[in-house]
Amino acid sequence: MQPRYLSTSRRQFIRNTGLSGIALVLGAYLPGCSGNGSSDVIKATGGTLPASTELMTWISIDNAGKVTILNHRAEMGQGAWQVVPQMIAEELEVDLSQINILFAPGNQKKYGSQITGGSSTVRGSYKHLLRIGASAREMLITAAAKKWNVDEKECYASNGRVIHKPSDRSFNYGDLVADAAKLTPPKEPKLKARIDYKLIGKPLPRQDIPMKTNGTAIFGIDKKLPGMLYAAVERSPRIRGKVKSFDDTQTKTIPGVRHVIAIKRTVFENNFEGVAVVADNLWAAMQGRRLLKVEWDDSGFEHISTEQLFARMHEDLKKPGLNDRTAGDFETTFQKAPTKLEAVYEAPYEAHACMEPLNCIADVKDDSVTIWGPIQGPDWVQEDLSKRMGVPLEKVTVNMTFLGGGFGRKAFLDYPHEAAVISKEIKAPVQVVWTREDDMTQGPFRPGAVYACKAGLNKNGHIDAFQTKMAAQNMDLQNPGADLHRYNGSTTEGLCRPYFESIGNHSFSDIPTISPIPVMWWRSVYASTNGFAYESFIDELAHTAGKDPLDFRREHLDDERYQALIDQLITITDWKSRGKNEGWGVAITECFSSIVGEVVKVSRKSDGKIKIDKVIALMDCGWYVNPDIIRQQVEGSIVMAIGAATKHEIHFKDGMAVEKNFDTYSMPRIHEIPDIEVHIVDNDEKAGGVGEPGLPPLAPALCNAIFDLTNKRIRKLPFRLDEV
Amino acid sequence: MPTYTLHINGKPIPIEADEKMPLLWVIRDIIGLTGTKFGCGIAQCGACTVLLNGNPIRSCSIPASAVTNQPITTIEGLSPDNSHPVQKAWLVEQVPQCGYCQSGQILAAAALLSKIPHPSDQDIDSAMQGNICRCGCYPRIRKAIKTAAAGLKPASSLR
Repeated sequence: MQPRYLSTSRRQFIRNTGLSGIALVLGAYLPGCSGNGSSDVIKATGGTLPASTELMTWISIDNAGKVTILNHRAEMGQGAWQVVPQMIAEELEVDLSQINILFAPGNQKKYGSQITGGSSTVRGSYKHLLRIGASAREMLITAAAKKWNVDEKECYASNGRVIHKPSDRSFNYGDLVADAAKLTPPKEPKLKARIDYKLIGKPLPRQDIPMKTNGTAIFGIDKKLPGMLYAAVERSPRIRGKVKSFDDTQTKTIPGVRHVIAIKRTVFENNFEGVAVVADNLWAAMQGRRLLKVEWDDSGFEHISTEQLFARMHEDLKKPGLNDRTAGDFETTFQKAPTKLEAVYEAPYEAHACMEPLNCIADVKDDSVTIWGPIQGPDWVQEDLSKRMGVPLEKVTVNMTFLGGGFGRKAFLDYPHEAAVISKEIKAPVQVVWTREDDMTQGPFRPGAVYACKAGLNKNGHIDAFQTKMAAQNMDLQNPGADLHRYNGSTTEGLCRPYFESIGNHSFSDIPTISPIPVMWWRSVYASTNGFAYESFIDELAHTAGKDPLDFRREHLDDERYQALIDQLITITDWKSRGKNEGWGVAITECFSSIVGEVVKVSRKSDGKIKIDKVIALMDCGWYVNPDIIRQQVEGSIVMAIGAATKHEIHFKDGMAVEKNFDTYSMPRIHEIPDIEVHIVDNDEKAGGVGEPGLPPLAPALCNAIFDLTNKRIRKLPFRLDEV
Repeated sequence: MPTYTLHINGKPIPIEADEKMPLLWVIRDIIGLTGTKFGCGIAQCGACTVLLNGNPIRSCSIPASAVTNQPITTIEGLSPDNSHPVQKAWLVEQVPQCGYCQSGQILAAAALLSKIPHPSDQDIDSAMQGNICRCGCYPRIRKAIKTAAAGLKPASSLR
């Protein structure tokens, strides 16, 4: 299910957007209607926009002037539904509250990359989307000037109208769109200066929120198609178990049950088998599933356990690693260093645990496939199903709904494919709904990881030698035919870049753990565990050197942007005025082209237990669109990170995930969340990611704060706050 | 199949369904009100919260046939036009991210405020800790409850 191109494209796009900050694949930069001028072929969620003309890709306007802007990225809480239109509307000169917003279907040729991961929505397409909006605006102005027979320079656009300044005449965009659509888009549309922005940079209220407070937002699980059946799938509880036989006698006594079929779901080309019960309604399917008797063949996978996995990772750390990045001579410098430090850190496997369990609708006909669902990458699903179902790309329609969380899990391709396989077999549209137990036990999971860190300090307390080895499952190596001797290119994800310059002798490597447990991206990917190791170790080094943790970082992060971040962190946290019975910790990480510093403040309650009093975060994501969404994302990242640091983990025993639901996978709840304060750096750097970079610094900042208070160093996650 | 009457959002609705069928699935799949969500199926997450006689209950774990002839309020019944003070406060504080748990959060908050018009932080903690939010909207949920309690002046200065 995980073709190699998928992994490559994720990696590739992280690289492209990460290093250069520019868009990787640009969508069609063309006027709409495929050049044929017809006005009824604009595909959006739920069908076409009949009375509108597509002026540019993304932008349609009807004759009354109603503007529709498509959102081509997934909306899983991170705000694409707001920021994509907010960018286009800025250059188009329309009021955001007056427009329609609809999801675009999967179509990479037209919209460019739609995969919503790697915190890429803004940083991956902002320049392109601004040009799209500006081109449309200029075409509307040209069309108006022609109608009036005046110089374009005398005209300007504002609030959905083009105005002729000298005469104060104006046209509504609806009066102009037919003519404008016939024009060739400008090669170099003039973009507005940042200082002239009316929408970008403003904390405008999200357009999706009113639908989410009255129950009208349609998530995947809410979508219904005429004649649609429902499926519940009994899945092998043990990883890679196969269906030996099943008895559906009892299942078929449930009214409404129509089909019981053995199916396969492909995860990295490994088959995950199950038995699907298809019924007229979901309750019947779920009841029928409960009465199934399945005999599994799961020999060979029955001994996998957490203890075994982590024991192997710790053992692996003694081996030489596959070198990702190296400079100078670590070993010699380390041996000669007057002060040496070594530490081993460990972080667990995790489930994504989106509030909306996985689900997907497929309607497979002889020559077409239609998908509806909570999907992070509609273009990836389209391409994958075209290949797997043997249907031409243009006959595969992938419609996004709102997603009840994604965090990487809903970028994977297995569950739409599973729905398509069932629909094809039963010759009807079907919605497959996973239970919470399915969702939590089947993976793919965030990989657990163990890090061995070593460093040597010189006599001035400066790091001269730094080495990290990571032992963890490498997500890329799950693809069939992957080169097992290839290093993990994400070993340093999360580490602040200036360290590579300031530490002359460094070495970063990994030893891949080979295991049948499926693993994949989880919010902030490798940075979610790397950050814990790196920023805890930097803190240990600062204390060993007898230096203030922020001063120590400042000394090593010799870069203007970092220096400014540290200055601002000191100010907003009152860093120099820590009280006596408080523990303060800091961590700074960099990933997805953004830098985030977080300071955690802890104290002991009267009962002696540790309490997180406050988290202060400073996000430097460069150019940004909506500061309130950034605050939301950083707040949410911090809460998710508190959960992964102090509340939950996935264990394996006898080849199965142990935690199956929220009774054992204990999520953070409202009473466990401290005050969170989020600040945003204002600078003119390129746009960076927003959805993920706030997560990695929390765990190390928290553990550093606990060390500050208690002198106790936490090197293994998760830990219980009330047991420190 | 047994028939019974549910009183949902002020309307009597005749239902014909398996008597063990949980209220959640009756509301979603028979009545067609999809604002009430499936999250865990074991009354642990609160996504399926509805109000029964004004009290929050987990509709995934109660058979619909056990709550006949008692007033039930779903998110659609709180107000369809976002005019309820809690919905208004949710808009003021921009609470939801993915939004999936929010019907349950809003109903739990509405029940809290109907009993304790000016809740303390401890009141909020105990009334709201049955509702999980994976997006981590908790700080805003707390603010929004205070905003609603204060008659919609934002608890935080809106930025």
